[in-house]
Amino acid sequence: MSAPLLEVRNLEVRARNAAGQEVPIVRDASFTLAKGEVLALIGESGSGKTTIALALLGYAKPGCRIAGGSIRLGETDVLGLSKSALRDFRGRRVSYVAQSAAASFNPSLTIMAQVTEMAMLHGIGSAAEAEKRAIALFRALALPDPTRIGARYPHQVSGGQLQRLMAAMALIAEPELVVLDEPTTALDVTTQIEVLRAFKQVVKGSGVSAVYVSHDLAVVAQMADRILVLRNGEMQEIGPTGEILAAPKHPYTQSLLAAAAPTPRGAAAAPEAPPLLEVRGLTAGYGRIDAQGNPTLPVLRDIDFTIRRGSSLGVIGESGSGKSTLARVIAGLLPAARGEVMLDGAALPPALARRTPAQLRRIQLVFQSADTALNPRASVASILGRPIEFFHGVKGAARDARVKRLLDLVQLPASVADRQPGALSGGQKQRVNLARALAAEPDLILCDEVTSALDTVVGAAILDLMDGLRRELGLSTMFISHDLHTVRSVCDEVMVLYAGERVEAGSRRAIQEAPWHPYTNLLISSVPELRQGWLERRGSVRGPEAAAGARPACAFFARCGLAMPGLCDVTPPPRRTLAKAAEILCHRDEAALMQASIPAGP
Amino acid sequence: MIRRLSPAGLLGLLILAFWVAMAVFGAAVAPHAAGRIVDMEVFLPVSADYPLGTDYLGRDMLSRVLHGTRYTVGVALGAALIASGSGLMLGMCAAVWGGMVDGAISRALDTLISIPSKMFALVVVAAFGSSVPVLILMAGIIYTPGAYRIARSLAVSVNAQDFVTVARARGEGTLYLVRAEILPNIIGPVLADFGLRFVYIVLLLAGMSFLGLGVQPPNADWGSLVRENMAGLHEAAPAVLMPAFAIASLTIGVNLAIDVLGGGRREGDGH
Repeated sequence: MSAPLLEVRNLEVRARNAAGQEVPIVRDASFTLAKGEVLALIGESGSGKTTIALALLGYAKPGCRIAGGSIRLGETDVLGLSKSALRDFRGRRVSYVAQSAAASFNPSLTIMAQVTEMAMLHGIGSAAEAEKRAIALFRALALPDPTRIGARYPHQVSGGQLQRLMAAMALIAEPELVVLDEPTTALDVTTQIEVLRAFKQVVKGSGVSAVYVSHDLAVVAQMADRILVLRNGEMQEIGPTGEILAAPKHPYTQSLLAAAAPTPRGAAAAPEAPPLLEVRGLTAGYGRIDAQGNPTLPVLRDIDFTIRRGSSLGVIGESGSGKSTLARVIAGLLPAARGEVMLDGAALPPALARRTPAQLRRIQLVFQSADTALNPRASVASILGRPIEFFHGVKGAARDARVKRLLDLVQLPASVADRQPGALSGGQKQRVNLARALAAEPDLILCDEVTSALDTVVGAAILDLMDGLRRELGLSTMFISHDLHTVRSVCDEVMVLYAGERVEAGSRRAIQEAPWHPYTNLLISSVPELRQGWLERRGSVRGPEAAAGARPACAFFARCGLAMPGLCDVTPPPRRTLAKAAEILCHRDEAALMQASIPAGP
Repeated sequence: MIRRLSPAGLLGLLILAFWVAMAVFGAAVAPHAAGRIVDMEVFLPVSADYPLGTDYLGRDMLSRVLHGTRYTVGVALGAALIASGSGLMLGMCAAVWGGMVDGAISRALDTLISIPSKMFALVVVAAFGSSVPVLILMAGIIYTPGAYRIARSLAVSVNAQDFVTVARARGEGTLYLVRAEILPNIIGPVLADFGLRFVYIVLLLAGMSFLGLGVQPPNADWGSLVRENMAGLHEAAPAVLMPAFAIASLTIGVNLAIDVLGGGRREGDGH
């Protein structure tokens, strides 16, 4: 093998902690990368994967310092470069693609100006040449309308497109190495697939080397030639992708693999318990409500479902499908325009202000991001103590005892009570978030993407905890997620939302069996599988951007592989009950759907 | 927090503490009564007997400045409390209630902000005469819209966060939302804004007094001290410079102290 393009030796990065001491956050990292190779850095948050990735650009986050070791890119000693040499080096020879493209683009400049900026900055060719190269990259990244997309502003393109444009920005100056930092983590599965495909094509096509940072093994399996597993800043294992996936040597890698393939939790089927929450013909949205009870901007249309006592309903859909709005409507934060929500057979008033404290107590919300869901200026004790006081009128020592019991219930030490949320880890914060909902002693908990901000292993622990609590306390849950894996592993029943409509609903068993509604089919087949070559075999996907424009009778019409023009876009799809006891909203009959669910042959 | 004080911040706090102490004890520590003529010579320079010289009637300038502190600092403090307090309450309520209430409060205060502050002050004094309560109330009203705008925009962004939504879904009342969820998260910038309002009000009152519309004789705040001793300007008398210097030192001191408040808060916010 020829000399490697990148060689990292004994890299050590130190950070200053709250007490002012320097502690190593990356220790003794050594690896090499050949030209055209893709190396994945994988690990939980705090494993040092992003820190290593940034060090490759000769950069350390504020408060951190590259303390030792060497990084060589070709003939260049990266850590020995002066400040001005680093400016030339970054972007020109190594470039970076960040997780959130939306935050990385300047909203007031056109896309073309920002994509070509790097080339202009490094003085590579004229503006016209840079634009030509940008258009070629847009084409290679399979962006729609490559010649004109550059004239748009960042808010005028979709999230998936923006992420690809970010890759174009990174590649414009033809660097030797590109660092991709969780570039698809924030995307929906159906969007992710096209972005991954585009990245892979461009990386293979241009012969650039890449370092791909991710916590998702299945994604990494599609992208990387080799995988480096990190934990707490130390290398655990490095090897070719196939070997790591098939025969992981290190126990930590084995546990990561185990967490990526979730085990089913909870009861297999919903017990014949009485219904707790019934929702009938629910329509909700924003803006003025007309005489027929339709809001100007409808978000949810005619939703029906039932949650039985002690069971769990999963709600899945991509962003914009109305799943979070559903939780807000049930909680009373957004009054429904039409339809009814019944708790234990009694209709709930649509608006929050008209509900009684007892009704409010019985339904609790848990939000996705524990960072914004917990008051940063309040102690954990007061965050948990307030609902106890508010709903149960318990004060003083009795309240403190209950707080302690709650912390115990979510498996947190009692010492956490005096701390503020800022001093807790992500997983701990999510447990406090959950404990606050439990403090009210509710019957129903609405969980909005509670694990999507967490690492796989931490998220799995939260799911286990929730499942245990559900059985222990007889709680019902509504579990909102964009992650099919999560929903399938924790829920007894699953409801699929698309553009505010319930396109499929059935038991967990039903959702695992064909046939499906075409959209469910798309969702299921878009989740990356933990084997190499899956991405290549997976056919092309029509992402959400395909459905722009006027809304046809069936909202999924533009993206549907089975659409029948003249019928699907004109007549609203009927509700159909399949043999697997699931209800779908589709014109196609069961046989046709079954045929479409069988994956195309090789 | 004290450990992390910058030298400039410390200086600001010292100046502020000194003037606040003088506002309280100034009359007691002043060597002479405010109105007593101590020397037949007017506009005397700095001397051991009269550390800040004498004024246009031969009164001790040090005593005059110390007696005036109470009016300048007291009126400004009262007015700043009214302005920031009402601005904060209205701003938080507007953010929590939203919709029509927010619109009504915002437009009403926008109307007030469209009147030039000096003009408004002159009209009020012309209508009601000049007395300390009128001055405090007038300055408080003038600076309410600015404080409201800051508090409202801070509160709106906190109000949109999930922890406030959770409290609202629990059925909490406005008072709890404002007091426990929103206020602790905006208090840092609001305090910094309070300091700024204080400085503006000191300058407005000094201006009013300079025009003869502020605190009325025989009492005098620093602005009126500057005005009454204008004749000494060509003699370079300390009598005209010292009250001006007192105004400058107070405003600079408060500004330095504000930076400490704002900065200290920001550091505490880390992560």
